[in-house]
Amino acid sequence: MDLPAPLDLLPPLLEGLRVTLRLTLGGALVGVVAALLAGFGQLSKHAPLRWLSRGYVELFRGTSVLVQLFWLYFALPRFGLHISALSAGIFALGLNAGSYGAEVVRGAVLGVPRGQRDAATALGFSPWQIRWRIVFPQAARAMLPPAGNLVIELLKSSALASMITLSELTFQGQILRASTLRTVEIFGLVLLLYFAVAQLVSYGVRRLERSLEPGKAA
Amino acid sequence: MDGSRPLFDWAFAWEILPHLLDALVVTVEAVAAGTVIALLLGLVWAILRRSSIATVRLAAHWLVELIRSTPLLIQLYVLYFILPDAGITLPPLLTGVLGLGLHYSCYMAEVYRAGIEAVPRGQWDAAIALGFSRAHTWRAIILPQAVARVVPALGNYVIAMFKDTPLLAAIAVSELLKTAKVIGAVHFRYLEPLTMVGVLFLILSLLASLGVRRLEKRYAVSHA
Repeated sequence: MDLPAPLDLLPPLLEGLRVTLRLTLGGALVGVVAALLAGFGQLSKHAPLRWLSRGYVELFRGTSVLVQLFWLYFALPRFGLHISALSAGIFALGLNAGSYGAEVVRGAVLGVPRGQRDAATALGFSPWQIRWRIVFPQAARAMLPPAGNLVIELLKSSALASMITLSELTFQGQILRASTLRTVEIFGLVLLLYFAVAQLVSYGVRRLERSLEPGKAA
Repeated sequence: MDGSRPLFDWAFAWEILPHLLDALVVTVEAVAAGTVIALLLGLVWAILRRSSIATVRLAAHWLVELIRSTPLLIQLYVLYFILPDAGITLPPLLTGVLGLGLHYSCYMAEVYRAGIEAVPRGQWDAAIALGFSRAHTWRAIILPQAVARVVPALGNYVIAMFKDTPLLAAIAVSELLKTAKVIGAVHFRYLEPLTMVGVLFLILSLLASLGVRRLEKRYAVSHA
C-alpha cells in the first residue's frame, strides 16, 4: 500500500495509537476503581481506612508518575513480583490518576448538600441507600468534568510508557524517526493524533454531562 | 552474592545520597527557570486571548489548547530534535527548561484567564470613563487584581511542573531520575535509588503544598 508523503507514516503510528488507547482505557479503569475506593475511604467512619486512603493519595500525588512507572517496572521485581511492561504502565498510570480522582470524588461527595442526607434519613432510607441512591448520583454529576480532564492527563502521561519499552504512539514515533529521519512530519502527526483523541474525550464528556443534567432521563 | 544482601540496603542508599542531592539541584534549577518562563508566557497567552483582533484570539486559543492536550514528552522531543535542524543548538537543560516553561504556560494561561474574568466588568468601564488607555488599564487595574486572586492556583502548577521534571531524562538531562537510573544500571540495584527519588519527590512536594496552603490563607485574608 503506497500512501502520499506524510500519510505513509500513519500505519505504524496508528499501531502505536492502539497501545496508547489500551493504556489509557486500562489506566482509566484502574483509576476509577482506585478513586472511588480512596475517595469514599477518606470519608469513612473507620480511622484506619481513612489513613490508608489518605496515605495512598499523598504518596501518589506527591511523587512523579514517571518515578512510579519506573518503580513498578524496575524495583518491584526485587520483591519477586515480575509484571509485564503493559501491566506496569496500566497500574502506574491508573494509580496515579486515581490519587487525583480520589480528591475529585471526595470533593463531589462533600458538595452534596447536607439536607439531601437529612431528608433521605427522614424518609426512612437505609444508610446504604442514602449513599448509593441519593448522594452518589448527585456527586457523580459534579465529578464528570474534572474526571474528563484526568482522562486527558492520563492519555498524555501514557507517552511516558515509551520509556519502559512499551511500543505505544510516542515509542513508534521515535522508532520511525530513527529509521526515516523525517522528524517534523512524524512528531507533527503524533501531536495531531494525541490532540484528536483528547478532543474526542472532552467532546464525549460534554455529551455525557448534558445527558446527566437534572430533569433528563439518564 | 546478591542474595546475601538485605532487601533494602541502607548502607548503599546512604552512599548514593550525595549523588542524588547533586541531581536534585539540577531538578530545582529546571523548575525555577521553567516557572519564570511559564509565568510570563502564560500571561502573554491570557492577554492575547482577550485581544480585540479575532484572528489573534483564535490563534492563541488553539495554540494553548494544542499544547495542553498533547504530551510534554513529545514537545520535548520536538524541541530537542527539530531545533537543531533549524540551526539552533541548545544544551539539553535549556531545551528542557523551554519545554517545561512552554507546556506549563498554557496551564497558567487558563489560571490567569479565570483571574481576569473574575475582575468585575465595572473596573473596565471605570478605566474607560477615566480615560485610561487599554495598556494602562491592563497594567494598573486589571492585572494586579487578577493575579492576586490566582497566586495559589499558579503555585499548584509549579508543583505539577516539579513532578514533570523526570521527563527531562528523556532528552539527556541528568536530573534526579536519570541519575537514579544510571546508579541503578551501574550497581544492578534499582530499588534503593528509585525509592529514594520517590521519597525526595514526596518530601519536596509535601513542603511545597504547605507553602501553597499558606499562600491561600494569605491571599484569602487580603480579599476579605
